[in-house]
Amino acid sequence: MTLKTNIQSMKKTLVLIALAAGLAAAAQPALAAGGAKHPRSGGFTFEGPFGTFDQGQLQRGYKVYREVCSSCHGMDLMYFRTLAEPGGPFYDAHQANPAENRFVKVLAAEVQVPDIDTETGEAVMRDAVPADRFPNPYPNATAAAAGNGGAAPPDLSVMAKARHDGANYIYSLLSGYRAAPAGLEIRAGQYYNPYMAGDLTPFWKGPEGSHAPKGGFIAMPPPLRDGQVTYDDGSAQTVDQYSKDVAAFIAWASDPKQVQRKQSGLGVMIFLILFAGVTYLSYRRIWKGVAH
Amino acid sequence: MSDHESTYVPRTGVEKWLDSRLPIVRFGADYMALPTPKNLNYWWTFGGILALCLVVQIATGVILAMHYVPNTEMAFASVERIMRDVNGGDIIRYTHANGASMFFIAVYLHMLRGLYYGSYKAPREMIWIIGCVIFFLMIATAFLGYVLPWGQMSFWGAEVITNLIGAIPVVGEPILIWLRGGPAIDNATLNRFFSLHYLLPFVIAGCVVLHLWALHHAGQNNPVGILIPKDRMAKDTVPFHPYFTVKDGFAIILFLILFATFVFYLPNALGHADNYIPANPLQTPAHIVPEWYMLPFYAILRAIPDKLGGVIAMFGSIGVLFVLPWLDTSKVRSMRYRPAMRTFFVIFVIVGMGLGWCGAQLPDAPVIPGMPSFTLFDGALNSYLWLTRLLTAYYFLFFLVLMPLVGLRETPRPIPATISEPVLPGGDVMTSAAPASPEKKG
Repeated sequence: MTLKTNIQSMKKTLVLIALAAGLAAAAQPALAAGGAKHPRSGGFTFEGPFGTFDQGQLQRGYKVYREVCSSCHGMDLMYFRTLAEPGGPFYDAHQANPAENRFVKVLAAEVQVPDIDTETGEAVMRDAVPADRFPNPYPNATAAAAGNGGAAPPDLSVMAKARHDGANYIYSLLSGYRAAPAGLEIRAGQYYNPYMAGDLTPFWKGPEGSHAPKGGFIAMPPPLRDGQVTYDDGSAQTVDQYSKDVAAFIAWASDPKQVQRKQSGLGVMIFLILFAGVTYLSYRRIWKGVAH
Repeated sequence: MSDHESTYVPRTGVEKWLDSRLPIVRFGADYMALPTPKNLNYWWTFGGILALCLVVQIATGVILAMHYVPNTEMAFASVERIMRDVNGGDIIRYTHANGASMFFIAVYLHMLRGLYYGSYKAPREMIWIIGCVIFFLMIATAFLGYVLPWGQMSFWGAEVITNLIGAIPVVGEPILIWLRGGPAIDNATLNRFFSLHYLLPFVIAGCVVLHLWALHHAGQNNPVGILIPKDRMAKDTVPFHPYFTVKDGFAIILFLILFATFVFYLPNALGHADNYIPANPLQTPAHIVPEWYMLPFYAILRAIPDKLGGVIAMFGSIGVLFVLPWLDTSKVRSMRYRPAMRTFFVIFVIVGMGLGWCGAQLPDAPVIPGMPSFTLFDGALNSYLWLTRLLTAYYFLFFLVLMPLVGLRETPRPIPATISEPVLPGGDVMTSAAPASPEKKG
């Protein structure tokens, strides 16, 4: 077989495989779309194969989470030490051990956590340390539901992975609250959000022949307003900026190793491509003179 | 190829001692020297790719099992902990999760290759049947594994699939309870699924040994589809090593590039976002869908209005593969020389992908939005329900009607007498240059 036909046959195989893989991937988003508006892009720095987190944005995002979100939403899978890990909001190259990180020590000490006195066995409250989890605002899931009209606010630990197009979705949802369109019947304790999944057809009393608006009802009232959280790095103190920052923080928290993984991936790819090249040359040499 | 004689000569004292007691080195050496048709194309590399997939899944799975907690209260968090706190855990877990998808991409291509080149026909029926057993075990293993992270899709997928057993008359209900370890899916279910998920890959590995044994006994098929006559063996075959180790190796590396793209850059692209929501038995997700590789079968299940009928159709769609060698009446193996069947094959591949697409859609949703339609029996004609039924009909038609009928009525194109003929118009002048001994090139 000549080099040309050989490459052609390989190309054909590859194209067909890529087609199948593409189809498999394309079949997924079709499910998640629902009746919600497509999320707007937050223009995040961590997107793409070479993207990295903006540490300042992660710190601001943590501040928004801590001062706003955490009054209702837990992040049970998060530990304070994770904040100081490489790629995290408070990573400090000079204090590589997350348990020793001075920022995180201070942030942890801001909260009180329940513990048991090692001498007496009595229940006590103590300052948190980097090894502690983020505190949950509610003692248990039932209390969380009871305090919020029957539906517990979801945990935010992996929220960016639990929604399609996670970071952009969180950004769009938080900054996307709108006044309900005239003709939409809103139930008590519910808010309209065009980015929320749902089907508003049963609640639509608009003009004859018109379609229900995109979006759904959400029990969370608009959580952010301009100027609510003070930024000391000069960033805009707007709902749009807060939403972006907290979305970036949650995207990081959902997969704290993502940037390191992408960086390892680059090395893996370079290795595999070189390896493929060398192997192909060996293949050409071994098969030289064998008609096939 | 089965009568291929051993050329292994033990050299050292240890090898001689071992060879007369357990000829394991001879076994390996003979394997490597196996005469292999030299015209195998890249579609033949998926066997090696699949072997790699199985090894990767077992290796990563064993490590994951060291950290995973099979308990409904802790499973979800333990999987996340692996990705956050275990060294390299995120890569190991994403490799395992995407490895399942890669495994299925490779197995589907491997099966389609067998279908196209008639690799299931005599004398290779047992290779094909064992392959079907492996495929069925793979589906079972993948389903069990998908339940383990205990997300919403894990739980509700398990609910839907185990419920299918309940459709069997009389014995369905007791079997369902026995399978779940109770009346509902709970901790007992998760524990036994974990146990079986760890067990089945080793059963697959055992079947792979049988698959290879049968393969090496009957000899490999090839794109021309003819059996290589004894007097042509030296000219038309090359030793497996180094000729196919290097060709398979190259294909495996290309496959790893695709694999690594998903693991490092798109780790969640093939999964459903809902599986990152912890399982909640009180809240049904808006759409319950299986992983992409099960969608065609899920579509067939939903195409039948009766529950038991759907279950029979779904299992039948895999079951029909087992009897394929006897459904095909053609004397010619390779579809290269069967133009009519080749067209039906291409349609079959498109139908298979179409079924996968339909499996991800809501049955009531219109295929072409806005197109006027009417209700036929139980659903609008312009709906995925009817498209799925159409495609399902072709799926079964292909195996049960076209396979027997086309073989009897078609006129195949002339088949070359040797595998060298189609590549070399001047006969086998050039092939005499083909080295037949492995020593020449090492």
